Amino acid sequence: MRLTCPLCGARDRREFTYQGEAVALSRPDPDAGPEAWNTYLHLRENPAGWRDELWYHEQGCAAWLVVTRHTTTHEVRKVQLARDVAKAEGTA
Amino acid sequence: MTEPVIKPVTESATDQTPFKAIPPCAGLLPLSIGALDLTEQPHAQMTLLIPWEGQETALSKALEKAHGVALPGVGQSTQSHATRALWFGHNQVLLTGPAPDPALADLAAVTDLSDAYACLRLEGAGADRVLARLTPLDLRDVSFRQGAVARTEIAHMAGALIREGEAAFGLMVYRSMAATLVHEVSDAMQSVTARAALGGE
Repeated sequence: MRLTCPLCGARDRREFTYQGEAVALSRPDPDAGPEAWNTYLHLRENPAGWRDELWYHEQGCAAWLVVTRHTTTHEVRKVQLARDVAKAEGTA
Repeated sequence: MTEPVIKPVTESATDQTPFKAIPPCAGLLPLSIGALDLTEQPHAQMTLLIPWEGQETALSKALEKAHGVALPGVGQSTQSHATRALWFGHNQVLLTGPAPDPALADLAAVTDLSDAYACLRLEGAGADRVLARLTPLDLRDVSFRQGAVARTEIAHMAGALIREGEAAFGLMVYRSMAATLVHEVSDAMQSVTARAALGGE
């Protein structure tokens, strides 16, 4: 499996560390209440399909990436800098 | 048994300090195998620059004014005499050579990394074939040109590769891994040289 880092180009999977579903970019407000925080911390979707994930290019440029990956085919549709995604969503 | 005499530290005492800087690869390099040479780069001051939000252009101008090098693009480096600025990852630049202008701290996070890295140079015909045994990167001339920089793994260690010439590469890993890098590279140098002697690649 190879991921195309927006900065470094196509690199082997062994250069990356997987973090999980890209929920860290939409952190609830501190006073959003226990329900929202419970969901943010513990509840995850487990789709057989497309999912946005956070990957860390640890052995490369040290950027956090949002990888849009199909969980059954492993097809990767899009790789973006997490910083750009957060900026676009207004969370950074 | 006599008590040790502890002398107060004075300016003249620090001038004649008993401590000596030891290069990361002291006692291990230089090394020549066949047509290949592995050497340690002369020690240079290394400073990591991480521009503050939106200050990239201002930092580039300040770098050019103070040190004669502009901020390099992704995977690139800029050089002026013994001063180099290496792209060193997402939003990171490594300035090597001079002591950084203090004014840079207004535009970037400035961190001294002079003792953090072992800096090696591999040179000679077949240097690319040596590295092909140690890193999955495509290092052909067309894709990794003179001055190009890649953050990648070298023999499973996080490091940096720099194209310094047609058959010359700079290799950087953390200083604590210097001996491992020398071991891995010298193994690969032996392997490439042995195969060349047999008429293979």
